Amino acid sequence: MLDASDSYVTEDGRTIGAVVMEMKNITLRFGGVVAIKDISFDIREGEIRAIIGPNGAGKSSMLNVISGFYNPQEGQVFYKGKQRPQMRPYQVARQGIARTFQNIALFEGMTVLDNIMTGRLHHTKANIWQQAFWKGKAEAEEVANREVVEKIIDFLEIQSIRKTPVGRLPYGLKKRVELARALAAEPSILLLDEPMAGMNVEEKEDMSRFILDVNDEFGTTIALIEHDMGVVMDLSDRVVVMDYGQKIGDGTPDEVRNNQAVIDAYLGVAHD
Amino acid sequence: MPDQLIFGMEVFLNGLMAGVLYALVALGFVLIYKASGIFNYAQGVMALFSALTLVGIMEGQIPFAHLINAIFGTELHHFGWHVPGILAIVLTMAVMVLLAICVQKFVFRHLVGQEPIILFMATIGLAYFLEGVGDLMWGSEIKKLDVGLPQGINLAIDETTFGWFGYGFFIDNLDIVATIIAALLVAVLVIFAQYTKQGRAMRAVADDHQAALSVGVSLNFIWVMVWSVAGFVALVAGIMWGTKSGVQFSLSLIALKALPVLMLGGFTSIPGAIVGGLIIGVGEKLFEFAIGPLVGGATENWFAYVLALIFLVFRPQGLFGEKIIERV
Repeated sequence: MLDASDSYVTEDGRTIGAVVMEMKNITLRFGGVVAIKDISFDIREGEIRAIIGPNGAGKSSMLNVISGFYNPQEGQVFYKGKQRPQMRPYQVARQGIARTFQNIALFEGMTVLDNIMTGRLHHTKANIWQQAFWKGKAEAEEVANREVVEKIIDFLEIQSIRKTPVGRLPYGLKKRVELARALAAEPSILLLDEPMAGMNVEEKEDMSRFILDVNDEFGTTIALIEHDMGVVMDLSDRVVVMDYGQKIGDGTPDEVRNNQAVIDAYLGVAHD
Repeated sequence: MPDQLIFGMEVFLNGLMAGVLYALVALGFVLIYKASGIFNYAQGVMALFSALTLVGIMEGQIPFAHLINAIFGTELHHFGWHVPGILAIVLTMAVMVLLAICVQKFVFRHLVGQEPIILFMATIGLAYFLEGVGDLMWGSEIKKLDVGLPQGINLAIDETTFGWFGYGFFIDNLDIVATIIAALLVAVLVIFAQYTKQGRAMRAVADDHQAALSVGVSLNFIWVMVWSVAGFVALVAGIMWGTKSGVQFSLSLIALKALPVLMLGGFTSIPGAIVGGLIIGVGEKLFEFAIGPLVGGATENWFAYVLALIFLVFRPQGLFGEKIIERV
């Protein structure tokens, strides 16, 4: 077993660092419905961590707990070694946890570029007067922000739609723009809620490649939810499996694949 | 040059000036609508309330004096001091920010995610509430507002035009000041919305709440800010209209004149509010001048609304509004 502060090198040569986020005994209820029941797991720096499970397993709820959209009734969240108090989603975002949504939440009226620039909002430190009059640090900051954004645009190969209003884009590209906006915040943890939902095979392959590249190039820690087992097993370093709000498996893709509880959850159990 | 044409030009200029005042009120509507998707019925009443507060502070009136006197049997009315105009404006702005915080805390925070029509109804309630509180705080008599803005005929223009045409135009100094202030206001608002972090966050919130949260924008803060800015615009409109026609209940009705302006310009466009205001201002003055005598006058009362109606039929999104495209 690894300690929280240990690091190791993967087969493909990436370094996985210490634990950056730890969920301890999280329980989340909506009235009488228990969406998450006493779940603990951790996310290590630089790894791709997947949360999988059948429909209604509580995966998205888990992601919403991490990103502050839901506050669990029980359990603690540790981020960078410190226990996190109850926080609102925007405070979590400012701490360096960026996310995308299952049903895409983009600013439809803005262009792709403007959308991605909003990811830089809380990196802007110049005050309102400096920005209005283009004095002080405002200009340097704006240039720096724009550089980060342009790099991401190049990286995700969306140069040609830079000035297009997002409302006009097809679904697959919207997903990519959302990923770009999350990346623009230079997050220490990137949360992806079903990044490949509703995509065709080709789009899925593109998205998988981008996720791997992002992790490789920027060293971003990624936690993602996905339905498609094949994709998840190829992408991730470690997998948490949930079913009916409970954790039924946790480990490397190989370990999880051979876990009887996981097989039962996905394929069903014979009743005899 | 024929007399009719010269009169027409004077009417045109006066129409432009009146249009600026309409645009000032319409701006407040557009701002809140763009930033929060709420059609703020209370904008006109906010202008009245801010003007009342401004006069009250300048005159050193004791707020809620009637109420206090009725309960305690006292005879309090004035603190006995006078506050200079600039300071009073700053204090009034502080009151409007306080109002914004209260509106957010007690009304709209509890209505997050509700249908636009619900939010609209809430602003109607807010309008009546503010109207009542305004009366209760400062009394309902007609007051004179004078923050030191120039008023009366502009002699320079009068003399210049007299030199050109043999006929001096009557242009009110106050209208000229209003035009300059409106131009400044729009410039400030555009710079704010386009180039500052807070302005960008505001546009983000208007577009998608969830997405805004996920990039670290606090909804509460942005909404308080939006209502404060609307309060500021209301204050500017309140000062202009209050100086022009006295601070009285009918100020809140100028909001009605803003509606056709918005239908013309589009609910989502700041330039639209300006252009719409100018078109209505010029249109109703010229129409009254040209057609009025033929139909017995008083066309200014209905011209704007008929124009708006025509626009609703042929171009419902207004001149500059976003076209509504439904993807099937």
